[in-house]
Amino acid sequence: MNEIKPSKSIGIRKSLVDGPEKVSGKAKYSSDFMPIGCLVGRIFRSPVAHAEIIKVDIEEAKLLPGVKAVITGDETDEPFGILPIARFEFPLARDKVRYRGEPVACVAAIDVETAQKAIDLIKFKYKELPAYFTSKDAMAEGTVDLHDHRPRNIEREVDFELGEVDKGLSDADFVIEESFNCAEVCQVQSEPHAAIAEYDAEREFITVRASTQVPYYDHLMLAKVLKMDEAQIRVVKPFVGGGFGCRTESLNVTLICALVARAANGTVGLTVSREETFITHRGRPETDIEMRIGVKKDGTITAVDYTAIQRGGAYSGYGVVTILYSGGLLFGLYDLTAVRYKGFRVLTNTPPPGAMRGHGITNVRYAFEALLDKIATKLKIDAIEIRRKNLLKGPNYETLNEMFINSYGLPECLDWVEKESQWNQRKGKMGKFRGLGVACGHYISGASKPVNWTGEPHATVHLKLDWDGSITILTGAPEIGQGSSTMTTQCAAEVLGLDMSRFQIITSDSKLTPKDNGSYSSRVTYMVGNAAIDAATNLKKILIEAAARKLDANPDDVECLGEYYSAGSQDEGLTFNEVVTAALEGTGTITVKGNFDTLPESWGTKKYRGGAISGSMAYAYAAQVVEVSVDPDTAEIKVEKVWAAQDVGKALNPLSVEGQIEGSVWMGMGQAISEGTLYHNGLGITNSMLDYRVPTIIESPPIEVGIIESIDPNGPFGAKEAGETSLIAFIPALTNAVADAIGVRPTDLPVTPDKLMELIEKNTKNENSVT
Amino acid sequence: MAEVKNKTNLSCTVNGRVSDNIVSDSLLLADFLRETLGLTGTKIGCDGGECGCCTVLIDNAPQHACLTLAAKCNGKAIETIESLSEESRLSAIQRGFNEKLGAQCGFCTPGMVMAAEGLLRTNPDPNEQEIRAGLAANICRCTGYVKIIEAVQSAADELKMSGQAL
Repeated sequence: MNEIKPSKSIGIRKSLVDGPEKVSGKAKYSSDFMPIGCLVGRIFRSPVAHAEIIKVDIEEAKLLPGVKAVITGDETDEPFGILPIARFEFPLARDKVRYRGEPVACVAAIDVETAQKAIDLIKFKYKELPAYFTSKDAMAEGTVDLHDHRPRNIEREVDFELGEVDKGLSDADFVIEESFNCAEVCQVQSEPHAAIAEYDAEREFITVRASTQVPYYDHLMLAKVLKMDEAQIRVVKPFVGGGFGCRTESLNVTLICALVARAANGTVGLTVSREETFITHRGRPETDIEMRIGVKKDGTITAVDYTAIQRGGAYSGYGVVTILYSGGLLFGLYDLTAVRYKGFRVLTNTPPPGAMRGHGITNVRYAFEALLDKIATKLKIDAIEIRRKNLLKGPNYETLNEMFINSYGLPECLDWVEKESQWNQRKGKMGKFRGLGVACGHYISGASKPVNWTGEPHATVHLKLDWDGSITILTGAPEIGQGSSTMTTQCAAEVLGLDMSRFQIITSDSKLTPKDNGSYSSRVTYMVGNAAIDAATNLKKILIEAAARKLDANPDDVECLGEYYSAGSQDEGLTFNEVVTAALEGTGTITVKGNFDTLPESWGTKKYRGGAISGSMAYAYAAQVVEVSVDPDTAEIKVEKVWAAQDVGKALNPLSVEGQIEGSVWMGMGQAISEGTLYHNGLGITNSMLDYRVPTIIESPPIEVGIIESIDPNGPFGAKEAGETSLIAFIPALTNAVADAIGVRPTDLPVTPDKLMELIEKNTKNENSVT
Repeated sequence: MAEVKNKTNLSCTVNGRVSDNIVSDSLLLADFLRETLGLTGTKIGCDGGECGCCTVLIDNAPQHACLTLAAKCNGKAIETIESLSEESRLSAIQRGFNEKLGAQCGFCTPGMVMAAEGLLRTNPDPNEQEIRAGLAANICRCTGYVKIIEAVQSAADELKMSGQAL
């Protein structure tokens, strides 16, 4: 008999299981569903940034032929929001509007022209209130509160001190401080927000398809605002054109679509424009940071003392979590013995930001790494060496805020970028206007504390085995382009020793797939990967027992070789299909499941309120070297090359891991050199992809990726986060490279040519006045 | 005053098939393809001419379908992403994007692939700079472009090796 070996799926470059649909145009995204008779939804948005609503007059709009429904804030008095402690946003504004572009009414009509005509007939009467577009203005004395229950417009204040900071600062040989400003940035995912809702009046049942990273949060929020039984709602996530955090909470677009479909007793497609997608951005908040770091002469950090103020927009969204991450995730990268943090999340009359890639820590890490670089220059210590000096004494390390670090590949990441960039040979010898910079970052692999106290596991995966010998993976985990379906298939295939072609995968359909919290906080590989391994292990056990029965052997003696099961060299063994038939005999098609739960010791600290935020089962690490040149005439920065090393635990799919790291680096580059929103009296003036200035293929640098595998003890086959950490490291690596190139340290992001030119001129003036 | 006309007879070929329709003068080609013909492979990612997701070939040249009036396409040959897979096998460019991970979320991919198709038809052996220039009107937010460039290079190599030209 031919020897059949189990196939291998892990650690091998795999194209995406849903790749052929994407490259052939067959993949259907939310706006691609256009059933016959589908109505078009259109939103009427607030023309002012802050006002009391006097009346939304929709009578004329309703009478227009072809209009099937017009709804306002009267449609639902149930607020929504990702955090139970901060739900005070309505799908359509009631009593007040709090940012320009906030949805006020929605029309469903037979076509887009009619819908727009109806929008034009809506009369919005309001009384304007003072509006605040900066954190400083919103927090000032005597302001009008955006929300009655949030005095002085402070959404959340965080204040903690761990270790003895004042002592650390007085023990330091140097204390160096700096202020930083990071502009608000948006995800600008390729697919604008879209939803299609089909209301079945006969059954009082609604089916909603939406561009979302969190279909099951949508499910909860739909039930809440529609005041319908959850069982009467089906949420399906079609193909989704990217997320990066913009769809990590339920968006008003999805909820409004469902509300208007019910009002129209029909099917409504609501695809919003790119401008509206910018308004509904949920990006990274504008952040002001003041930071002091104390160091010994040898570069050892003695204390960190900092404040972060985030312009949180008109509603909380994830805001409370963001401001907590900005504190909690300072830990876990370096060995810190004393940290004081003050964080303010401020409510302003701008569209609410949310949980963008590198959530909460990106801007703080930028400040920290930029300051550390400045210190290294001052102390004449090599920038890589000062980082080595402060490495964790780990793995098996517990941070001051009780984060447990079980795998720590940062030293290897630093080694890799040092060697590959020829750091030691080239740093400081690049010539005029060219420089090298280094920086590090880290990020969680899923938030560990349970988000729903319902007793549900963090992840559940079902495997359905049928008479045809195929296995269908059922997972709620939303594939949004990050490759989660491929990863899940790889994990199941590896355990069963089968080729991935034996599997199909169905994702995120609330009537078919087990509940999953969604694609955010880099949780899916770690949690869903582990659940898939558990499910496949359970299925394997059933197959081995069936094979044992058939072979009249002890299950312990049965060897599973994927396509072939045997109980010793004497028997002929069984093919996989024969084992399947044996397993299903008398019981029929079977579905097994697997779960994953985090360990309570990873749930964060109780030392301060909100200390659970930043607790994770594992942390991924990155070191990056960026090479830049600066045009002396225009002050334009060109990124010449990037060396990006990331400890991903284990690269389940090295092709995908490279793709994630390259994408992270590139998105970091956008934030570092060109991206940022601007508002004029609350009106977004950068709400197109050209005005917002995302980098194009022309500016995109060559990126060398170094995959470091520290094999996390609890990760699926040792894997950890792969899709966010490298974004975080890029930004300071770039500004540090600029400092190396021209001797000027940018502090504010993005480092646009005009800002940099100003800095250069200021620097030249100072030098001249000294001499 | 000339009479205001708001409907036009549109006779063109779409993916090799003759298409005769009466279309509104204001109808965009992108909406004509997606809504009238059901060719939803062509995506709309912006409010006009920013992202390149709607790129199709008009008489072999890559164009933004969202900046083109359908009525202006009379007598023209339009090709969309749906035309590339023959008998449901991927084309060389599609295979390149699939195997090299030139597509992550896939939303910009149809436009990217059509821009690459247009490029390789006029320049079967582009260097990296030429690939960048050929795809400069298309924005991808996932990949950082490294693997998109590799995908196009790999497709060009495959076509060269097999002696095929687009």
